[in-house]
Amino acid sequence: MIRRIATHLQRLAHRVWRVSRRAVLALMAPVLALVFSIAMSSVFLLLADASPLEAYSQMWSYGTRSDSLVSMVNRAVPLYMSALAVAVGMKMGLLNIGVEGQYRIAAVAAAAVGSWIVLPAPLHVAVIIITAAVAGMAWITIPTVLKVTRGVHEVISTIMMNFISIGLTAWLLANWLDSRESSSDLLLATDYIPESGRFPNLNWLIELFGVELRAGTNLHGFVVVAALIGVGFYIVIWRTRFGFDLRAAGINRQAALVSGVDSKAMVAKVLLISGALAGLVGISQMLGSFYRYTVDFPAQLGFTGIAVALLGRNHPAGIAIGALLFGFMERSAQILDLEGIPKEIVTIMQGIIVISVVVAYELVRRWREAQAQREVSREMPEATQSTTEGLPA
Amino acid sequence: MTPTPAVELRGITKRFPGVIANHDVDLTVSRGEIHAIVGENGAGKSTLMKILYGMQRPDEGTITVEGDRIDLKSPTDAIEAGIGMVHQHFMLADNLTVLENVILGAETRKGPLLDLAEARRRITELSDTYGFRLDPDRLVEELGVGERQRIEILKVLFRGARILILDEPTAVLVPQEVDELFRNLRGLRDEGVTMLFISHKLDEVLSIADTVTVIRGGTTVTTVDPADVTARDLAELMVGSELPTPETRESTVTDVVQLEVAGLTVRDATGRTAIDDIGFSVRRGEIVGIAGVEGNGQHDLINALLGLVPLDSGRIVLGGVDITHHSTRRRRESGMGYIPQDRHREGLLLPEPLWENAMLGHQRTVPFARGPWIDAKGAKERTETILRSFDVRAPGVGIPAHALSGGNQQKLIVGREMTASPTLLIAAHPTRGIDIGAQAAVWEELRVARAAGLAVLLVSADLEELIGLSDTLHVIYGGRLVAELDPAAVTAPELGSHMTGAGKGAA
Repeated sequence: MIRRIATHLQRLAHRVWRVSRRAVLALMAPVLALVFSIAMSSVFLLLADASPLEAYSQMWSYGTRSDSLVSMVNRAVPLYMSALAVAVGMKMGLLNIGVEGQYRIAAVAAAAVGSWIVLPAPLHVAVIIITAAVAGMAWITIPTVLKVTRGVHEVISTIMMNFISIGLTAWLLANWLDSRESSSDLLLATDYIPESGRFPNLNWLIELFGVELRAGTNLHGFVVVAALIGVGFYIVIWRTRFGFDLRAAGINRQAALVSGVDSKAMVAKVLLISGALAGLVGISQMLGSFYRYTVDFPAQLGFTGIAVALLGRNHPAGIAIGALLFGFMERSAQILDLEGIPKEIVTIMQGIIVISVVVAYELVRRWREAQAQREVSREMPEATQSTTEGLPA
Repeated sequence: MTPTPAVELRGITKRFPGVIANHDVDLTVSRGEIHAIVGENGAGKSTLMKILYGMQRPDEGTITVEGDRIDLKSPTDAIEAGIGMVHQHFMLADNLTVLENVILGAETRKGPLLDLAEARRRITELSDTYGFRLDPDRLVEELGVGERQRIEILKVLFRGARILILDEPTAVLVPQEVDELFRNLRGLRDEGVTMLFISHKLDEVLSIADTVTVIRGGTTVTTVDPADVTARDLAELMVGSELPTPETRESTVTDVVQLEVAGLTVRDATGRTAIDDIGFSVRRGEIVGIAGVEGNGQHDLINALLGLVPLDSGRIVLGGVDITHHSTRRRRESGMGYIPQDRHREGLLLPEPLWENAMLGHQRTVPFARGPWIDAKGAKERTETILRSFDVRAPGVGIPAHALSGGNQQKLIVGREMTASPTLLIAAHPTRGIDIGAQAAVWEELRVARAAGLAVLLVSADLEELIGLSDTLHVIYGGRLVAELDPAAVTAPELGSHMTGAGKGAA
């Protein structure tokens, strides 16, 4: 009896050790990358005649203020959506570089529809969100059709669509949606979305914890929708047959084909989903603070999303961490200009993080692969006996 | 006094994460001999040869070439020491000439310019000396397999090699081409070239080798004179126990036609006819073998049956249902099992756990799925059953597929297809690149399934396997079925001559 309990405990301990080691391993790569990029950025700061220590401590004390934290989340949400849009494609080996164009088109469409119709509050918001998703999906339809029928590579076609979308949104805004009444108004913008179409903020949630927010600070409510979409993303990709087909096609396209996955249909579905997610990138800010589309609507979110997806290894939890990290860095960089330190240092830092994280993931992956093999052959030598005979034919 | 051996390996040991590939290998190769290295898959032959060719560095032990101890850091070092490797898979550029292929990477120069005249002179000289009969100006794409192999050998000689490593050189050849290769090798030997001949085809080894060294479990077991041993002796030395054969027993063929193929024609992307008007049928309880030299349309035929390529014309009927226009998924789910020829390319998701690999191809059916959801619990239980009943050696269903050996991966695939109770099994080279134990297990599974009424289409290049297992044998050549043979009456050389298209007269 006692022996049984002992073996049970032993097994449990072994399992805990394994799980915790896996967690450490998973975090090792990004942490290493972060440390490396801080070191590299320090070099650049020194070259720019600034004290790295001073810069980092300024960033930290400014970045951890309550209003900065709210801003961090607000900045993270669009990056999160953008990275999810990229990640769903990457899971199947498709690279949608057109998130940039898709979200811009979607934002214009959402602003146009949102300011034009009037509906009861929840319905109004829902219609705007759906409009954005559909518009993003519509914009990726052309690359999708080209890919499926003509084999045109999605990277090329979505990049091209980005240029078209930048031109098209500018033209729509100037010629059809311009709400300016006199030419002395400098800011080119659509009409405002009425109150019923705006997403209520979550400031009450923060105030619940007794934190006083500065005036004008406003935690975008869309963060809740984004979190739900992240959970949905996880469930669909890792828990459904559809997700299995998708991942199988991403890992080994030929094996997936042989197993019965219809490659073309799958490509089409995944690209359309990616486009729909991309359509939601601008919605958080639009319904949370802008309430309209303007010429200075946030840009580059689509491209940054690719970096965040890489950082988060195409997993919604990893992407959340990556998006928050980027959000934090962007917010805390705002203080640097006041201190006479070029805030572009943060862009360099982000770049180094992404590059080094990719390298670190690969190193850790190889190490783990060897580790797994060692473990298997320790537990059961005959399982791996002939792995050295080279690849099978 | 004995002359200095060409190659001497002492106490070579090589470890990989989790496995010892070679330990305490001792090998002495005399100058000007053909020294065969035999051993089953996984015995460590390839690793040993990679060490000798500088592709892997040993953890322990010494390498002595022509009396000098050397340290091989890369194939460049090996080539410098006069060692050349003829790979099993040809590495030739099809759109270049023989001459261009031979000099690629070892160009003769005159100042900054290529010295083609000098290269041509040397190639012609080598080709004449060894009776290679190669025209330096022919395009490689116009040449046959045997000639391509001679180019590979010529490439190595051109770089000054006096010691050749031949890694399963006969794997891609039919018997007639093997004879020609052996003539060339004997010519090389007479000119003083030393050869290490790796193979597991024992009859060939006995006919060509001057000395045979047997490797088992990563180490050299013994060295024998081929005159003193039989193929059976060698096989038992290799395995350390008795040898399995692919023989099937009594016929279990029924009258029920499970697969009927008629007039199947497929063109590839370039418009070339890949398979041409193929028709055959497979009955329940029957194994139909398709024999052929690789690249004669076998793969296109399989792709057509699986629905992976559009048909030009033809009809496929499975179990009485016309499936010509069905999707791959529908075909698989109506009972078409598939053991792919390349398990890494078509059969597995290597980084994923075994239980997800066991689902592949059956991911929409119970117990792997319930409605739109994956049933992880059901899938894991089923995977455990597969591991148990098909003797897949793995410590758990959660480990990634890449951690298993080739033989265990193959047994997993066979188990996955068999457990799904297929009505037709397409088995493409089901025992390629796996060890003898696993090979015997796969053959046994095919026999059991056949006895239980399964219809099997066996595509293979292993003549023994084809003759031993098949009830009916078709030969595919140039995309057409050119002969139907009775496996009980045909011999391997006869089958081989059909496979070269020399066909009708010879048999």
